Amino acid sequence: MKEEIIIAGFGGQGVLSMGKILAYSAIMQDLEVTWMPSYGPEMRGGTANVCVIISDKKISSPIITRYDTAIILNQQSLDKFEKSIKPGGLLIYDPSGITRAPERTDIKIYSIDAIEVAASIGNAKVYNMAVLGAYLKARPFLEMKNVVKGLEKSIPARYADVIPKNREAIEKGMEQAKLVLE
Amino acid sequence: MTEKILMKGNEAIAISAIRNGVDGYFGYPITPQSEVMETLMKEKPWETTGMVVLQAESELSSINMVYGGASCGKKVMTSSSSPGISLMCEGISYMAGAELPCVIVDVMRGGPGLGTIQPSQSDYSQSVKGGGHGDYHCIVIAPASPQDMYDYVDWGFELAFKYRNPVIILADGIIGQLMEKVELHPVKPRRTAEEILRDAPWATTGKPASRQRNIITSLSLDANTQEEFNRKLLAKYETIKENEVKFCEYHTEDAEYLFVAFGCSSRICEAATDILREEGIKAGLLRPVTLYPFPEKKIAGLAGQVKSMMSIELNLGQMVEDVRLAVNGRCPVGFYGRQGGNIYTPEEIVDEFKKFNNLK
Amino acid sequence: MDIISDIKKPENMVYGRPALLTDNVMHYCPGCSHGTVHKIVAEVIEEMGIQDRTIGISPVGCSVFAYNYIDIDWQEAAHGRAPALATATKRLCPDKYVFTYQGDGDLASIGTAEIIHACSRGENIVVIFINNGIYGMTGGQMAPTTLLGMKTSTTPYGRDPKLNGFPLKITEMLAALDGTAFITRQSVHTAAAVRKTKNAIRKGFEYSMKDVGLSFIEVVSTCNSGWKLSPVEANAWMVEHMFVKYPLGDIKDVLK
Repeated sequence: MKEEIIIAGFGGQGVLSMGKILAYSAIMQDLEVTWMPSYGPEMRGGTANVCVIISDKKISSPIITRYDTAIILNQQSLDKFEKSIKPGGLLIYDPSGITRAPERTDIKIYSIDAIEVAASIGNAKVYNMAVLGAYLKARPFLEMKNVVKGLEKSIPARYADVIPKNREAIEKGMEQAKLVLE
Repeated sequence: MTEKILMKGNEAIAISAIRNGVDGYFGYPITPQSEVMETLMKEKPWETTGMVVLQAESELSSINMVYGGASCGKKVMTSSSSPGISLMCEGISYMAGAELPCVIVDVMRGGPGLGTIQPSQSDYSQSVKGGGHGDYHCIVIAPASPQDMYDYVDWGFELAFKYRNPVIILADGIIGQLMEKVELHPVKPRRTAEEILRDAPWATTGKPASRQRNIITSLSLDANTQEEFNRKLLAKYETIKENEVKFCEYHTEDAEYLFVAFGCSSRICEAATDILREEGIKAGLLRPVTLYPFPEKKIAGLAGQVKSMMSIELNLGQMVEDVRLAVNGRCPVGFYGRQGGNIYTPEEIVDEFKKFNNLK
Repeated sequence: MDIISDIKKPENMVYGRPALLTDNVMHYCPGCSHGTVHKIVAEVIEEMGIQDRTIGISPVGCSVFAYNYIDIDWQEAAHGRAPALATATKRLCPDKYVFTYQGDGDLASIGTAEIIHACSRGENIVVIFINNGIYGMTGGQMAPTTLLGMKTSTTPYGRDPKLNGFPLKITEMLAALDGTAFITRQSVHTAAAVRKTKNAIRKGFEYSMKDVGLSFIEVVSTCNSGWKLSPVEANAWMVEHMFVKYPLGDIKDVLK
């Protein structure tokens, strides 16, 4: 298998760390990964995106421009990346981040109201984990135990107490992700 | 079992330095490599291995701190990105002239001038041909993954001390920022004072009555003395060329067409090679791992086998000059590059390859 | 002959060349202050018994060849960068006595960044700063410390502040930095002055093991060749003019 993913949104939405947790979870399942951020001026409060590739074989190019999955958290990112999803691919988006609905009809689409999930847990920082939950529901190739290990590896030991809330957000995200287009 | 950790190329440099017994790191912040010093500062190796980490006031000062540390026989290093490396070129020339071992990491970004902060490979000529003044060469090694970043720190010091010569790890913004899993090899302790006396008897370790004083200098006012020294350097470079060339091959055994690419470009070319092979076109890839010494013999050999070669670089065409020298007219040599921080995709390279070779 | 060997008994010895000065013939011009400062540096190292624990950093300038004259391990730095070399050397080898020996062009012009930041970081090193107000090695050009009105090969009509800026009193600047421990300005034009300078250099070496910061000894010096004066005239000119702009004495001592 090979899964090429872009995660895109505003800086501060946890785009990079979501990618890192996803990548680490895949490593825990003995898969190969690459994690390549856009870096530079856009890091300062603008848009942020990261490409994650997960594969059961060695990965050559970390640079991709067509995606199996796009995880989209704001309108600019939807405008930029919707057209780059491979036919039959997957789009996950947060409706509260966009003003125009996705237009593609040849892909599978899920929406996740991650703000609501984060609010119900009472911690805004777990927003990105709710989105990750939606992804794990739509692409169920990672075992939950490996995702938890991925969380533990990604979060510094001194913040270990936040792991249960993150896990809770992932699980709620899985429950509340809505299939918009089959 | 060795531990596998997801980390950026820049972080891998820092962690490797600590785990491989490096004595000192001296640097100055510059994108896209600031994570090297940030990681070192976060890890506080002075409390564990005793490694010295210092933020200098400039790249000029950083490289001269490296000069001072290397003079003491210590394993010392710095890292920077293109504009910072330009500032360091004075010190690098002096270190080549004083035959001092050190490791310098260049995480390249677009130039000239302040340029961009996005990935580039446009310091090839600067690193491989010289950069600073005078007849000298650094050994230049080009990583293509965070694992390489981790491994090349130790390899770099091995080469640096074997030949008493500066070593440049020539990376780029992609390899610096890319996260992949990195296998951590067993820890190597820092060398003891006795080991330094054994391995670096030339170093300024304090003159005992039993030996002549050690002087680290690149100065000789006498033309004949200087010429003799220049020829000694030449002999060293010839030995390095003989012994240290390293490259990776991908589908070269039956290749009719060859890509030559280093660093991140080699990985993109690997994907392009796969696409072409699926189409039944026998493409192959040669990745020079050492850029100096350059794998000229290997390329000369392949020139008799393939119909053409293409050098793929994130610059206006720098390594391609060395490929052409090695090929020496025996097959056509093409070039495709992107600049300014833009990066080609495998598909784009396939298209350019077909254009160059008149293939559909 | 017997009379001479009779006189050369150890008990009759009142003055000698320090053992740490090598037999190499110095390239300095007759009358130059470098020879005297080299001698007292060698004496201090010898008297403290720290030859095997001392690392010198020589500059670019007339004293580039300091390593030929004092029998210790030396590093020869690029122009102005000696404090950077010394910083790393001391931090990596804290049990060593580390000093730089720099002229005014090296320290106060091309190397200002390195000296200011070494001082600011409070590196536990000793800096010996030879200020003769001119570039000696390259043939007498203006230095940052050249006095107003002073003629050099690049100020042939005298240093004019409108054209060439003002003399830089870098020692006072460095004294203002928190990382410096001992700052003094001395000279070597009389036997008494030589003794004072030697004591200051020794104090600097001692301080460098006390973790109190950087010690900086400026030696206001002559360059009779560059100044185009005889050695005696040069000393008199220095007293009359240089000491006015660069007054002698301790400027800072954190342990006092």
